[in-house]
Amino acid sequence: MLSVRFFSLLREALNTEVLELEWSSRCCTVGALKQELIKQNGSFWEEHLMHPNVIHAVNQRVVMIEEPLHDGDEIAFFPPMTGG
Amino acid sequence: MGVRVQIEPFDGAQEYGRLAASGHAAVAVFSGQVRDFGYLGDVSLLELEHYPGMTERVLTEIGDSASARFSLLSWRIIHRYGPLKAGEAIVWVGVTAHHREAAFAGCEFIMDHLKTNAPFWKKERHADGKAHWVAAADTDEQRRRRWHEDS
Repeated sequence: MLSVRFFSLLREALNTEVLELEWSSRCCTVGALKQELIKQNGSFWEEHLMHPNVIHAVNQRVVMIEEPLHDGDEIAFFPPMTGG
Repeated sequence: MGVRVQIEPFDGAQEYGRLAASGHAAVAVFSGQVRDFGYLGDVSLLELEHYPGMTERVLTEIGDSASARFSLLSWRIIHRYGPLKAGEAIVWVGVTAHHREAAFAGCEFIMDHLKTNAPFWKKERHADGKAHWVAAADTDEQRRRRWHEDS
């Protein structure tokens, strides 16, 4: 299984907080997972997920889009952070 | 040393007292409060979302980095989430060191990294019912980067 989480603007826009996905070896990187989500959900998701500002995290660490995924990983998508 | 991420208010004076009780020569504190004026005018409420687990880990890494780089003797980071009103304390960073230079720098390093690397997101709500997510400021990213430029 893969757990995919969305925060802030992305969570609201996509109306999705968490997705649990069956593990598929087709989804071997964060980029491939994004493409899979866009294929399943259409152009509205593409507009948001492909926005250049989107940050990706795997197992709660910020990663590049080429990051490989493994069964059981927690992936998160979110906009730039605004703490403090 | 330590991180607290909490919905409840905290007492900055009490936190300062704890750091000062260490007896260390230099104590530097930064306290951030919710501003009352945002991009759309008066802010009636600020809602702060975060990524539980990742937030605590990132803040701990930032504190540890500052501690190693500036030889801090102790450090503490408190950050709130949830709904906050204008004027309420949102973040508190305190550090101690042997000298003021390290204390000032360590405190500033923590804040500059916290702003851009800790997974918090602010949403401003206004009296007229409008709300919007606060965009990240380029100046915050620039302030973080300057700690990592070769000089």
